[in-house]
Amino acid sequence: MSTAGETRTLHGWGRTAPTIATVVTPRSPEEVGAAITAAGRRGIIARGLGRSYGDPAQNAGGTVLDMTGLGTIHSIDVDSHLVDVDAGVSLDTLMRRALPFGLWIPVLPGTRQVTIGGAIGADIHGKAHHVVGSFGNHVVSMTVVLADGSVRELTPDGPESELFWATVGGMGLTGVVVRARLKLHPVETAYFKVDTEQIDNLADLMRRQTEDDERYAESVSWFDAVTTGEHFGRGLLTRANHATLADLSPKQRRDPLKFDAPQLLTVPDIFPPGMLNRITGKLFSEVWYRKSPTKLGAIQNITQFLHPLDIAGEWNRGYGPRGFLQYQFVVPEDRGDVIRTVLSLVTEAGQVSALNVLKRFGEGNRAPLSFPKPGWTLCLDIPIGPGLGELCDELDRVVLDAGGRHYLAKESRTTPEAIRRGYPRLDEWRKIRATVDPEGVFASDMARRLELV
Amino acid sequence: MDAVGNPQSILLLGGTSEIGLATVEAFAGDRPLRVVLAGRASSRLDDAKTRLEGRGCAVELVDFDAQAFDTHAAVVDKAFAAGDVDVAIVAFGLLGDNEEAWTDAAKAVELAQVNYTAAVSVGVALGDRLKEQGHGSLVALSSVAGERARRSNFVYGSTKAGLDAFYTGLTEALRPSGVTVTVVRPGFVHTKMTEGLKPAPLSTTPEAVAEVIVHAVRTKTELVWAPAPLRFVMSALRHVPRPIFRRLPV
Repeated sequence: MSTAGETRTLHGWGRTAPTIATVVTPRSPEEVGAAITAAGRRGIIARGLGRSYGDPAQNAGGTVLDMTGLGTIHSIDVDSHLVDVDAGVSLDTLMRRALPFGLWIPVLPGTRQVTIGGAIGADIHGKAHHVVGSFGNHVVSMTVVLADGSVRELTPDGPESELFWATVGGMGLTGVVVRARLKLHPVETAYFKVDTEQIDNLADLMRRQTEDDERYAESVSWFDAVTTGEHFGRGLLTRANHATLADLSPKQRRDPLKFDAPQLLTVPDIFPPGMLNRITGKLFSEVWYRKSPTKLGAIQNITQFLHPLDIAGEWNRGYGPRGFLQYQFVVPEDRGDVIRTVLSLVTEAGQVSALNVLKRFGEGNRAPLSFPKPGWTLCLDIPIGPGLGELCDELDRVVLDAGGRHYLAKESRTTPEAIRRGYPRLDEWRKIRATVDPEGVFASDMARRLELV
Repeated sequence: MDAVGNPQSILLLGGTSEIGLATVEAFAGDRPLRVVLAGRASSRLDDAKTRLEGRGCAVELVDFDAQAFDTHAAVVDKAFAAGDVDVAIVAFGLLGDNEEAWTDAAKAVELAQVNYTAAVSVGVALGDRLKEQGHGSLVALSSVAGERARRSNFVYGSTKAGLDAFYTGLTEALRPSGVTVTVVRPGFVHTKMTEGLKPAPLSTTPEAVAEVIVHAVRTKTELVWAPAPLRFVMSALRHVPRPIFRRLPV
């Protein structure tokens, strides 16, 4: 480890609000402890692969730990389905190593370029949330380095379970996760049996998800936020179960656990602002909708079904130098009407969101700052431009009034008040944090901006 | 500062500056904003506080005397005591009476001290704190009067030329620390300071200058004119031969 660190400009995946920090890359838990105790007045925060959209993994004027230096998979136990991994290991790496043994990471978000530490810190979710819950539900134990440099082994039901659950979804502000044991799920193949349905309006799209999501291990819908009128909110509902050996073609059966994840291109950093506008947005929506007519029982690989965007590296560059934001919220089940209201507000404001992902969440977990709770979650993806701040403030009012809340891993522009309203257990979390970090050693731009600590 | 360019906190040095206050209001919109107004205790400063509180801002007053140079570091420290400052605006200044100023040394020195020396002094203190926090925007109110000295207000113009050069250099010095400095060159702005003066062509209002500033901070633009076309006017004027320039009605 170079204890001196390196001065770097850091931003989130949305490429907004960059700040400068000293980046240190520890190679062992001891080096993590040393960096924490050496942190200055501006504090320290862990950073994984930088896939949070806003500013939780940056710390202006302070220290940032590049956790990718801790990248060992210590063991994979095929019988108990337990893996023991360093926090800097990515889901991509873990999947490549575990899948040949027929083990599947039960919670996968829209990209595999996420570290285990980040997955715990944001308590990420995926298309399987309605069945398996969020990432924290699958952590059997974790090793955390605290503000005083001491090391704790935490379990979900052990003597320090409060700290365990405060760390799940705690955005790195309780301590630095250095290692974790996860329980994976057994699968026969690396393929999905996918039902894709083209549904030409929002009401039907939502009704179908309410009716029989339970039949599927994975479920998500994409819809078009550009088309107005009677086809308002037309979309694609894709739902799948893990394919069994019997589902595969003879050729696929020869290598049923084959994991094919090509990255065909890296998007160059040359795009001007305004590439995504009403015209290209409409075009994109049309192509996306038309490319997938209703088809039941198709066998798809991981990239096709789960991570189509991973084909293009650094795809966030396509939004140009001003960057973009993702607006993701959840509202209770009985407030599905909010989805329509939000969409109308976006369209009326003349903003273009190309990637609109809608999903029904299942039960949440015990973590005070965990995002998922039963209801509808919608994620919009909008380039930064005039009027966007005001629109998002308006959306906040609608979402919070309906009892909803923001996803911190995506959040980049709301107010401390909005987080207080959305997360009624924030003070409970703060108390737990105060017991292990009374001096406020762990700090991030997000923590300061949203007054989390 | 967040993804769409909303600051959470603003420090206004020259707490009664009309351009400064209009800028704070433009940033605030209808969001909560923590504002520190630094200025000499006065009923005008209290009014400014009331005006911003009426818009939902949390306002703190800090006593600031531009000519008390040895207090500047403490003033800036006090302004940063409650947390990070996302945008700091250096907006204090005197216009003075040019005929008085170039014939009365005391008046000339006062203008130079308030507009230039004090601006440099707080600039150093602000640079120090902003560098430490690793982010932030520093806005300095210069003037087109500093771009080419005119017979009618060259003492004021000379102080702004000095300020302009200092903050232009500070822009480069602070860039590696993640801090953006924006130098703003307004033309004739209708304010209390210019009351009774004959407006120059392309005259503007504090609100319009505020909009220019907000946009510049959000886009990290380092040098702006208000209104924007003045950039081209001044570019041309700088090259007009003296015999012609002195006859121009500017």
